[in-house]
Amino acid sequence: MAVLANSAPHAQPHSHPTEQDHEAHLREEHLMLDPRPRGEMNAMVMESMQTTSWKFWVVTAILVVVVAVCLVYYWGLMISVGLGIAGVNRPIYWGIFLVNTVFWIGISHAGTFVSALLRVFKAEFRRPFTRAAELMTTFGLVQAGLSIFMHMGRVWLAYWLFPYPNERGLWPNFHSPLSWDFLAINTYLLSSTMYLFLPLIPDLAMARDRSTGWRKVLYRVLALGFRGTEGEWTHLRFAMNLFAFAILPVMFSVHTIVSWDFAAAMRPGWSSTIFGPYFVIGALQSGLSAVAMVLIVVRGTMKNMKYFIRPEHLDALGKLMLIISMAWAYFFFNDYMVQWYNGDKWTDILLRFHEEGPLGWMWYAMLFFNIVVPWLVLWNKNFRRNPTILFIVGFLVNVAMWFERYIIIPTSLSINRFPFTYQFYKPNVEIPLSIGTVALFVLLYMLASRIIPLVPVWEVQEGQMAHSLRKYGKETVVTVRDLD
Amino acid sequence: MAKHNIPEVKANWDITPGIWGMSIDMDVCTGCQACVAACAMENNITFVGETDSGYGRAMHWIRIEHTWEGEYPDVAATSFQPVLCQQCGNAPCEPVCPVFASVHSQSEDLNLQVYNRCVGTRYCANNCPYQVRVFNFRDYDRPEPLPNQLNPDVTVRRRGIMEKCTFCIQRIHKGQDLAESEGRDVRDGEVVPACAQACPADAIVFGRLDDPESRVSIMAKNGRGVKLLEDLDTLPRVTYLQEEKTHGRTG
Repeated sequence: MAVLANSAPHAQPHSHPTEQDHEAHLREEHLMLDPRPRGEMNAMVMESMQTTSWKFWVVTAILVVVVAVCLVYYWGLMISVGLGIAGVNRPIYWGIFLVNTVFWIGISHAGTFVSALLRVFKAEFRRPFTRAAELMTTFGLVQAGLSIFMHMGRVWLAYWLFPYPNERGLWPNFHSPLSWDFLAINTYLLSSTMYLFLPLIPDLAMARDRSTGWRKVLYRVLALGFRGTEGEWTHLRFAMNLFAFAILPVMFSVHTIVSWDFAAAMRPGWSSTIFGPYFVIGALQSGLSAVAMVLIVVRGTMKNMKYFIRPEHLDALGKLMLIISMAWAYFFFNDYMVQWYNGDKWTDILLRFHEEGPLGWMWYAMLFFNIVVPWLVLWNKNFRRNPTILFIVGFLVNVAMWFERYIIIPTSLSINRFPFTYQFYKPNVEIPLSIGTVALFVLLYMLASRIIPLVPVWEVQEGQMAHSLRKYGKETVVTVRDLD
Repeated sequence: MAKHNIPEVKANWDITPGIWGMSIDMDVCTGCQACVAACAMENNITFVGETDSGYGRAMHWIRIEHTWEGEYPDVAATSFQPVLCQQCGNAPCEPVCPVFASVHSQSEDLNLQVYNRCVGTRYCANNCPYQVRVFNFRDYDRPEPLPNQLNPDVTVRRRGIMEKCTFCIQRIHKGQDLAESEGRDVRDGEVVPACAQACPADAIVFGRLDDPESRVSIMAKNGRGVKLLEDLDTLPRVTYLQEEKTHGRTG
């Protein structure tokens, strides 16, 4: 006791300022420990939606032109003259349109993954960006759907894929993986839109109470009369919980079913039993990178977002990207190994064609951007927290994942069991149409960022109320209360 | 509503010898392409032009495969091999079509392509191991006087749909109708598809596979007979008689 009493006066002057520094550092670092009053956060989010600089409208105008030319004009042209202006041929009947479909479904995966899985597992860092990720899901699925329709020879008859009552008594063919795919994507689009909408209701009500004019009318309709009573919250929480759990199997099944379009076919390189999980991991690989890219852009361009989205969030996403990259490498190796090992003549020719064919550079680039780049860069905390570096890594990973789908679809289709028919694939109208889908995605996202609160204020506040800094002796400790 | 006669699972599909079949003797095939031309005439196949044809969009329902390697005079060449739809008894193209455009006919045991129903997903073409399905990438020109030679028994297809060899099903039906009106069975050799009719070497023989005495059945039992990619268990209805010099060689 005597020793302690004697030492205390000496220790006190030194430890006190550093403890305060530590606390201030914690608050600066973690959004959850840096609470602001609800009213202030509401105002910040409203301001971020309503503040629009001239640059925004310039970019919007450019995107509108790009969408009008690349998407509307070229698609219209393709519908009116046929798929001849695309690059598909025999035997490469599926081209970049399906590459884009798989790519955009992959992008859309991460939204649900980030939002639902992290919500179910109560990962606190998810709170400020669940909405941004869910929006990505919905708009990504729009691009995926458009790409499927572009791919069809007679798109005006696409409704025949629906099981609708008709005078011929005809059903769609439920044996076909494409029918499963069609139903799975529709289910996913519907459920992810509802899942986007449910947590949005309190924020729409918040926006309704703080806006005037057309916004007020819009939010009043969308908020469904939400007033924030205890009963409403109970119902909403129940529904959100239900959806968070229910949408996870839907998410996993969608990309598995997309992979079955290939795995169920009897083609060398396609009929692989590991394709299901391989595609799911591939989807997360590109999707998480896309979430990181979107967050970096949102943080850099929208007002007040630097408060909500901090380096800690980029750090957490960077770690997830690294883990998923490792998982992807494992599944890639698994798929490759089993295909190589089985020694089938045609598979062997195909694997050689991937590596040594005219598009071999794509195969190596895929491995380099998907494995080497994330593994070398994302180990480092400073790199993960640097928006520019993380953006570049995310971009490269997305390029690599697009390459991966390109290798699986048109490159693999070059090789079949009749060497007489081997051909190469030269994309044609696919290029403007691909640019058009990217432009439409960005455009939809930008417009949505004007009318949808990109940060779920209630969710952030809920987290901030649960988190607190407490002192245990001289130590400042982060405590989290269990909310449920 | 009529009871649908659609097999529920693949395992239920009967393994039968088939009804209509073909035997192609590669020993006598000269690779003259008469079958290709006759098929195009009979079935209203459009001419896609040089550019599209070179890019792999030729719409022929039958093609003569011939590959070689080495420099002249040391050239190792394969036989001429006419490849057409094998009318598989267990066809990979059928289950993958989402709208039942690619269906199995129970009465003729052939793979049918319902042009009106096709929406152009091209899944069937990807899943066909023989690469015999072709797609209408454009509405190709049919300049005068070509429309005058269109066969009225065969649909003219538009852009955006798949098509493939039908074993000249219009001729099969004609033969069956004639036989029925005369109260007898179809005689062997009565139904001849355009390719077999045009073949100057008589390499292509068509007929009933369920009749063991028919010419096609006897040829199919020849020791030289092979099926294409038989290990895929697609039950093709076309038998290829290998050249004598390659007899016993596979691949």
